[in-house]
Order: sequence, then structure tokens, then C-alpha cells
Amino acid sequence: MSSDAQTYPSVVSIRNLHKSFGSNHVLRGFHLDVAAGENVAVMGKSGSGKSVLIKCIIGLEPIDEGQLIVLGKDVPKLSVRELDALRADVGFQFQGSALYDSMTVRENLEFPLRRHLEKIKGYRTEDLVKEALENVGLLNAIDLLPSELSGGMKKRIALARTIIMRPKLILYDEPTSGLDPITAREISRLIVDIQKQYQAASVVITHDLACARITGNRLVILADGNNYAEGKYEEVERMTDPVVHSFFT
Amino acid sequence: MLHLLRQFFFTTGQISRFAARYWREVWFPPYEFQELLKQCFLIGNKSMALVGTTGFIMGIVLTLQTRPTLIEFGAQSWMPAMVGIAIVREIGPVLTALICAGKVGSGIGAELASMKVTEQIDSMEVSGTNPFKYLVITRVTATTIMIPVLVIMSDLISLGGSAIVENLKGGVSFTLYFSKVLEFLQFGDLLPSIIKSFFFGFAIGIIGCYKGYTSSRGTEGVGRTANEAVVIASLLVFVLDFIAVLVTDIFYEL
Repeated sequence: MSSDAQTYPSVVSIRNLHKSFGSNHVLRGFHLDVAAGENVAVMGKSGSGKSVLIKCIIGLEPIDEGQLIVLGKDVPKLSVRELDALRADVGFQFQGSALYDSMTVRENLEFPLRRHLEKIKGYRTEDLVKEALENVGLLNAIDLLPSELSGGMKKRIALARTIIMRPKLILYDEPTSGLDPITAREISRLIVDIQKQYQAASVVITHDLACARITGNRLVILADGNNYAEGKYEEVERMTDPVVHSFFT
Repeated sequence: MLHLLRQFFFTTGQISRFAARYWREVWFPPYEFQELLKQCFLIGNKSMALVGTTGFIMGIVLTLQTRPTLIEFGAQSWMPAMVGIAIVREIGPVLTALICAGKVGSGIGAELASMKVTEQIDSMEVSGTNPFKYLVITRVTATTIMIPVLVIMSDLISLGGSAIVENLKGGVSFTLYFSKVLEFLQFGDLLPSIIKSFFFGFAIGIIGCYKGYTSSRGTEGVGRTANEAVVIASLLVFVLDFIAVLVTDIFYEL
């Protein structure tokens, strides 16, 4: 993590977060602080609650108990309108890219702008779309439909749609899943470049070691619904605990 | 048996809540006019050929099937009245609604279920757009508006088909045929038919959207959703038609 990041207030502050689905207690007292400009990678086994965690952060899943503050807003207490306003500052990249099938790439990128025009006053929609596409290196795909894109291209377009609102926080749900190692590495580097360019903090949910190493200033291992281990990638990698070790072998 | 009954009441309750949410939210902004127009175009334009073709065939078949019997009783001149009333009151609305339940209802169900499975609905929500307003209200409103339009079109084409048969088989001119139809058709035949078409449209839209919006079980659920949307919407069309006939009958007796 950069030394600057430590001096900024927390972009995300989670304390004692609990979340259950029926009898399945997924998160059991999870806590996390993400500083401005910091990239935090969260690793965990499938079903450990990683995706649930970031869906709680964006308010897609209600929490059962605990404190969840994002960009200074107490998420569980926000009204629908306040939550919408908060979401203008938070980008979310879904695991399967979640591009709208019936819309072209251009329309997909314009979609988030339609409700938050006041935030990007002074910019032309066309310019924002082109800039976002240039940043992910896919300006030539502007008039294509999602069905005409490869898996890697879809991830890039989804990333472009995430950054078009110039968010202060970006949440990535398995950004490299389903990609070959070379494309996965390209996407991971792109995430780092985006973070540098937009100075946005990010939480990267992944079980791809290379992605966690490239993107994360800090690595959190989520196991048993809690922060099982935490630290810089190299520090966590050196831990001898069998659960932590199993992630690296 | 008890489980099925419980499931029936649970689903009915859920659909009623979903429909109530539509009526709660439809009045308030933001209004998605562009998407509404797009859906009206898709539903109307893409169903027009199918509805028109089946209506035309139905008009021909109905006339061909009833013609010998009417001739036997010397009541051939009643053909335009009989066919006109049958088509306008019952066959046109129900046939169009059933076709749209199959085509439009299943399409909406599959589309929304697929969007749900691929997290597109969640994506819409995090981008600050209310997916219920953007996806559900536009589609339900579009079916409610467009099904009556399709019904009127189907009625006219059916009568056209019937007129062609009468012209070819009985030498009845088109002018005479349609003037006879208009002579016997009353406003009281047309109005209930159009009103119930709005209900059919609403039912088809709301069932398709409910099944799609609440779909689960991954990609397997998409096919299941499309199937269930057709079955429930078709059944609901008959139930609503039954209620509409009962209510209309009360007014006729007044």
C-alpha cells in the first residue's frame, strides 16, 4: 500500500459484519478498512462469502448485523435515493461482466450516465464513452454487441462501464474468472493502471493468486466468515498456517 | 394436495404483491418513455404478422365450418352477423391473447430471467436505475397498451378472411358483407371486448415479468421460467375471459 493511502480517511469501514442466508451464516464478524487510493484483494474459497461481502458494500444485500460505512455513509441506514447517490461514486464490476445483451457497447457505457448527469456536468457523454473505451484499449468495439465480444473483451468493456462515472471506490467481483492466464494478467494490470489514473480505492474479490498479487496493495484471506489472515501479499504468502498455506499451493 | 394448495395460494399472493408494486410505482417518476416506446414497438411489430395470419385463417375456417349448417337452415344471410359477433366478442380477443401469452409472455419471462441470471438486473441497480421501473413497468404497460391494438387488428383481418370466403363461395360483395357486420354489431359488443383485452395484456405482461424477475436456479431456470410464464398467462386469460363474460352478462341483462 502506498504511504499516501494511509493518511486518507477510510473509504470503506466495516466492523463486525454478519450476514446469513437461512441457517448458512456466511459472514461472522468480518471487518475491513480500505483507505483512499488503496487496492485490497480479498481471497477465499468458493462459497466463503466474498461476493456477498461486496454486494453488502454496494447495498445489494442487506446486512444482518454490524457497521458498514462507505464513503462516509452508513449504508444500511440509507434511503433508496441516498443509496442511488452513493452508487454514483462506487463502481461495481460483476463476475460475468453483466453487459446488457440488447445494447451495443456504446449504449452499455451510456447507461450509467443517464441517472447521474449532474455528477459529470461539463463533459459530453460521447467524450466520456470514448475516453473510457480508450483506457481499456477497445475504442474500435464501440458499436459491437456483447455477443460479438470475447470473454476478455467483455471484462474490459465492463471495466470501462465501471470507470465511466469516475468512481471513488471500485468493487471487482472475480475480474479474471474464466480467462486464460495471459488475458487474466492483462486485466489485472489494467486494474492497477485504472487505480493509478483515477486514484480510486478498490476491493478485488478473487481466487486468482496472480490477480491478488498484481492488484492488491494488501491481501485479506476470508475464511470461516472472518478475516483469517491479512497483510501484504508476500507476508501472507510466508505464513505457515495450513489454511493460509492452502491458498498458495 | 395440501402442499399444492399452499403453493397455489403462495404464488397467487406473490403475483398479487408484484402487481400491486406495479400500480404503486407506475405513477411516479422517473418515467422510462423511451424504453416504453421500444417495448410497444417490439410487442406490436413483432407479433403483428403472427396475430394477423392466425386471425385471417380463423376468419376463413369459422366461415367455412359454419356455412353448410347455415345454408341448411336457410340462414346464410346471418353469416356476417354471426361471424362478426363471434370474432369481436370472443375469438379475436382470446385468440390474440393466447398467441401473445405464448410469444410475448414467454419472451419477457426468458429475457428477464436471463438478465437476472447474468446479474444484469443487479448491474442496473448499482448504476442508479430502478430495474423494476425500467424493465417491469415498461413491459407491463406496453403489453397492456398493445394487446388491445393487436386484438382490433386481428378482428378486422378475421372479418376480412370471412368476407373473402363469402365473396368466393356465395358471391357476397365486400361492401354488403361489412355493412351487414356493422348492422348487427353494437357498441356493447365492441366495448367489453376491448376492455377485457386490456386486462389480458396486463396479465400477460405481469406474469412474464414476475416469472422472469423472480427467476432462480441459473440457466436451467430460464427455460422453466419461459414455460411457466406461458402456462400461467394462458390459464389466466381464460379465467379473466370467464369473469369478463359473467360481468358483461350482468350489463346485458340490465
